[in-house]
Order: sequence, then structure tokens, then C-alpha cells
Amino acid sequence: MAEVWVFVREFDGAPTPLALELLTKARQVGDTTAVYVGTGSEEAFARLGEYGAKNVFHLDPKDSLVAAPVARAMAERLETDKPDLILFGQAYDDRDVAGRLAARIGRPILSNATNVTLEGSTSHEIFGGTQIAEAEITSAGPKLVLIRPKSFAAEPTGGAAPQVTVLDLPDVGGAGAKVTGTHVEERQGPKLEDASVIVSGGRGLGSAENYELIEKLGKLLRAATGATRAIVDAGWVPYAKQVGQTGKTVKPDVYIACGISGAMQHLVGMKDSKVIIAINKDADAPIFGIADLGVVGDVHKVLPKLIEALEKR
Amino acid sequence: MRIVVCAKQIPDPATPYKLEADTHWLVRPAEQVLDDTDRYGVEMGLQLAQNSDGGVTIVSMGPAGSMQGLRQALAMGAEKAVIIDDPTLRGSDALATARVLAAAIAREGFDLVIAGTESTDGYSGVVPQMVAEILDVPALTYATEVKAAEGKITIHRQTSTGYEVVEGSLPALVTVTAGVVEPRYPTFKGIMEAKKKPVDNLALADLSVEATTDQKVTSISDAPARSGGAKIEDDGAAHEKIIELLAQKKVI
Ligand SMILES: Cc1cc2nc3c(=O)[nH]c(=O)nc-3n(C[C@H](O)[C@H](O)[C@H](O)COP(=O)(O)OP(=O)(O)OC[C@H]3O[C@@H](n4cnc5c(N)ncnc54)[C@H](O)[C@@H]3O)c2cc1C
Ligand SMILES: Nc1ncnc2c1ncn2[C@@H]1O[C@H](COP(=O)(O)O)[C@@H](O)[C@H]1O
Repeated sequence: MAEVWVFVREFDGAPTPLALELLTKARQVGDTTAVYVGTGSEEAFARLGEYGAKNVFHLDPKDSLVAAPVARAMAERLETDKPDLILFGQAYDDRDVAGRLAARIGRPILSNATNVTLEGSTSHEIFGGTQIAEAEITSAGPKLVLIRPKSFAAEPTGGAAPQVTVLDLPDVGGAGAKVTGTHVEERQGPKLEDASVIVSGGRGLGSAENYELIEKLGKLLRAATGATRAIVDAGWVPYAKQVGQTGKTVKPDVYIACGISGAMQHLVGMKDSKVIIAINKDADAPIFGIADLGVVGDVHKVLPKLIEALEKR
Repeated sequence: MRIVVCAKQIPDPATPYKLEADTHWLVRPAEQVLDDTDRYGVEMGLQLAQNSDGGVTIVSMGPAGSMQGLRQALAMGAEKAVIIDDPTLRGSDALATARVLAAAIAREGFDLVIAGTESTDGYSGVVPQMVAEILDVPALTYATEVKAAEGKITIHRQTSTGYEVVEGSLPALVTVTAGVVEPRYPTFKGIMEAKKKPVDNLALADLSVEATTDQKVTSISDAPARSGGAKIEDDGAAHEKIIELLAQKKVI
């Protein structure tokens, strides 16, 4: 049977939802070891077992920036262990560790995959998800794959508590860095990843103040609120709201895109929503190509009326 | 402070991208532009260099073509560019790219390397981390704010819920997000000066590095298409259609 390692980053004391998706996939492919990075606890490890991990390597980098020490500890272990596949999520810490590990052990990485087979061949959505590229690694050794969030549904199997092994973190000298502070932005309403309704805004809103329209509509629909990278980069809203290739991947029942052009990099993060509603004043905006209901109109006219009508209900 | 910025020339994103039929590599015209992602790196480099009496060197791998993209970076104010253009590097994967970039950066000498978080055409999002590992320096990634002085570097590292403050010592590598600085537009003077600035055009043999690619795209196919539905012109009552659909989907 194939052997698979899954990189699991801890968040708020538990494995991230993305990691649970990867564990679910991994156990269909082979015997699974979770490489758990965080403080760790009985509950957290039990959860890894529930999702199919038989073994856990526990690494706790404390206040060190994770990438260098974790990648080097994994590389040391790879001198004796020979997994066929090492799965990471397309997420920040995952990318950092995968990149450093790949360079350390001289192995290639396949990024942005939406599927992976036992043999380590992968599928990738390209050109905004209009085409699928199949790729493979042509040399022998562990295959490192970065997988996009929400590529697989996370499902527990009710597996037993896994065997936990603590891996020591090597001193990485000048290659290390320290995390000296953490700043968490306040969030109102449901989380983007879990919401069944999402209202998102783009540059077509015209100004940061106008994002208020999105917040109001979101509240009325008990929806999460999202954004394009254009308005995140412009500083109108925090990165936590970004939907797309380099933001969150979402699959809600209803996605309402307001003043969003529908760039490829936005579409890959939301095109699998069940129903898409778009408001854009440009009749040729690409977003209309995937919208179930497209309104060619001005967000400053349509949204206030929509909000008013909903308030009256 | 000696600053090296990794910057890529890419086909103009405003034009449709095409893949070569046999290799599935991106078709790269002679006229390529500076990747927008890297304009932020160049600007960050220029600002840090100005505060520390240093210059910015651009390092780039890929077909040189007309070098329009590199000239863009030089016109912004970088002092010099190094491009590694070698036919054997066509179709390089992230690791091969990182090995070549790291070798070129080490050859130049550096205190700080700046890269983008992901390129527009390749978006592997791992090249800078690989470069950092090869150079044995920390990678302070996804920076929304950067301060570097007296051998130390401190950034705000974007996270899914806010940011972390991360500190490292130089030499180091940082990757910068698009929100970090406002890239300047080249002035006329800058554009004229850029024509005279040095550009080293290197082949793989000039760097003692082996760069092999061991991954390939085996096939390309159309994804199941999602087609658009009704499109209506707002006549003042479009919001009612939206409400109808929301009610039908039991959202309200
Ligand atoms: C490597 C990389 C990664 C990226 N990752 C992401 C990502 O994760 N997420 C993401 O979103 N983007 C991402 N992008 C950026 C992406 O390419 C687009 O630039 C971005 O999505 C555009 O945002 P926008 O639709 O808000 O702005 P624009 O493209 O400027 O569109 C604004 C739209 O608003 C419409 N409009 C204007 N005024 C009005 C009005 N009054 N009423 C109605 N409509 C109006 C316009 O017609 C236009 O269609 C990425 C880019 C790169 C290179
Ligand atoms: N061929 C290249 N030449 C110069 N810099 C590159 C190259 N490829 C990647 N980079 C750098 O690495 C960053 C991330 O790219 P990628 O890993 O391809 O998404 C880019 O923004 C560049 O700064």
C-alpha cells in the first residue's frame, strides 16, 4: 500500500478544515501520516485519527516562523521514511514549508492541484477553470503536491487515535525568524468558508465607503461578505475577505457578485457556487458568462433598492 | 543595503494566453511586460535602498526578448538587471527556476532579496521559498509592511485572520503582497536612463548550477462548462428579479 504524508497546520487548537479535506483524500490513496504543526493536544490528534491518520508526527515550532525548522525536520525524517506522496494545502504556511522542503530534498512540487491519484499525477484548473491540465512528476522519490481548498469534502471515518511521534526541530541558525506578535481582525457574521450565502464586492463599488452596501445586504441575508483582490489590495477591506485563486475558495448555495468583472483569478475561487447572481454595469463583463442571473446595471441603483425591499419584508 | 529583486517578464495579461500544442508551455512573445506582481517588489526595493544608500539589482529568468519588461523595472529606478536566458531552461519547473535564480543572486551578492507572492503566468507560489532555502536565509513571506534597518528585518505577514509580526536578521528574503507599496510610474527621464543601464545576459553555463525539470503536463482538456443564465437590463426593477430568485432558493 502506498504511504502518504499530509501536512496539517493547527489553527485555534485544531487541524484546519483544509487539512481534514486532505486527510480524507489521503486515506483513499494510502496509509496516512499527519505531519501536525502546532501546540497539539489529545483532542487534536484524535481528530486526525477520525479523519484517517494512522500516525502523527508532531512538530511544535512555538514562536518560530514555521517554514525553515519544520521543512528541515521533515527532510531529516525523509532520510529514512519513504512516503510516495506528501500533500499540502494551497495555503500560506503549507506553501512556505513545501517550498523549503522541496529545495532541501531536491524534489519538484505540483502546485494548485484539484485532484491527485495514487501514482501522483494531478489535475489543475487553468485559464479561470475553463481548462484542465493533467500533470505528472517524472522522477522517482516522494511527490510533493499542493492542493487547492475545497477540492475534496472532509469526511470522518471514525478511525482510532493515531500513534503520535514527536519530531525535534533542528536549529536553523540564520535561516530562522521569530513571530513576535499576532493581530486578529474583527469579523462579523458567518465565516466565508462556511456560509451558504455570500455577498461580494469589487472595484465597481467605487470607494471603500460603499462597501457598506455589501455589509448591509449581507446582514439582511445572513450572508458572509467577500471581496476581490482589487479592493483588498486597495485597502478597502481586509485580506480575510478575499475570494479567489490567492484568497478563499467558496462553494455557497448563492453567490452575489456586485461590481466584479469576473477575472480568471476571481472565478476559480467561486465558480462552483450553486447559484450565481451578478450585478455589473458592463454588459460584456466576463462574470455574466457564469451567472445564473445577470443584472446589467449600476450597483449604486440596484443595491439600495434591493436593500430597501428586503428591509420591508 | 544590497537589494536584489526577482522579477519576471510575462506575456501581456491583457492578451489571451496560449499553450504550445506539443509541450503545453506558455507561448511567450518577444514583447513581454514586467509582471504586475513584481512592480511592488521593485518599488519596495527602491524605497528600502533609498533609505540605506544602496542600489537595486533585478534578477530574472526567461526569454529576454525585447527586454521591455526589464527596461520597465530599470526605468522605475533599478540600477542593473541580470537575465538568465538559456534555451535549455524552457519549460523549467519551480525548483529549476529557483536554483537558477539563487545562483544568480549569490553571484551578485545581497543583503535582501525581494520577490512577489505568486507570478501572474505561473502562480506556483513557491519559487521564493525555494530560493530562500537554497540561499540558507529566512523567507519572511506575504508582507503587507516591511521595515529593514541595521541588519534586522521586520514585516507584517498577512494571515487569513489578520497579520503576524515577524522578525528576522539579514541576509533575508521577503515576499511582498500587492498592498505593500504604491509602485511609481517611470518618468520620461527614467525611461531614457534605463536604455543605458547595464543588463547582464547570462546562459546556464555562466552559473555553476544544474537545473533539471522533472515534471510535465501530459494533457489539456476542456473543463465542464458552466453557462450563463438569464441576463437582464436594469430598468429600475431588476432588484425584484433578484428577490424572486432568492425566494425561490429559500434564502429569504
Ligand atoms: C497571481 C494573481 C492572483 C490573483 N488572485 C486573485 C484572487 O484571489 N481574487 C481576486 O478577486 N482577484 C485576484 N487577482 C486579481 C484579478 O486578476 C483581478 O484584477 C481582480 O479580480 C479584479 O477585481 P474587480 O473585479 O473588483 O475589479 P475590476 O476588474 O476593475 O472590475 C470592476 C468591475 O466593476 C464594474 N463596475 C464599475 N462601476 C460599476 C457600477 N457603478 N455598477 C456596477 N458595476 C460597475 C466594471 O464594469 C468592472 O467589470 C489575482 C491576480 C493575479 C495576477
Ligand atoms: N523566472 C523568474 N524570474 C524572476 N523571478 C521569478 C521567476 N519565477 C518566479 N519568480 C519570483 O517568484 C515570485 C513568485 O513566483 P511563482 O512562484 O512562480 O508564483 C515572482 O513574483 C517573482 O518574484
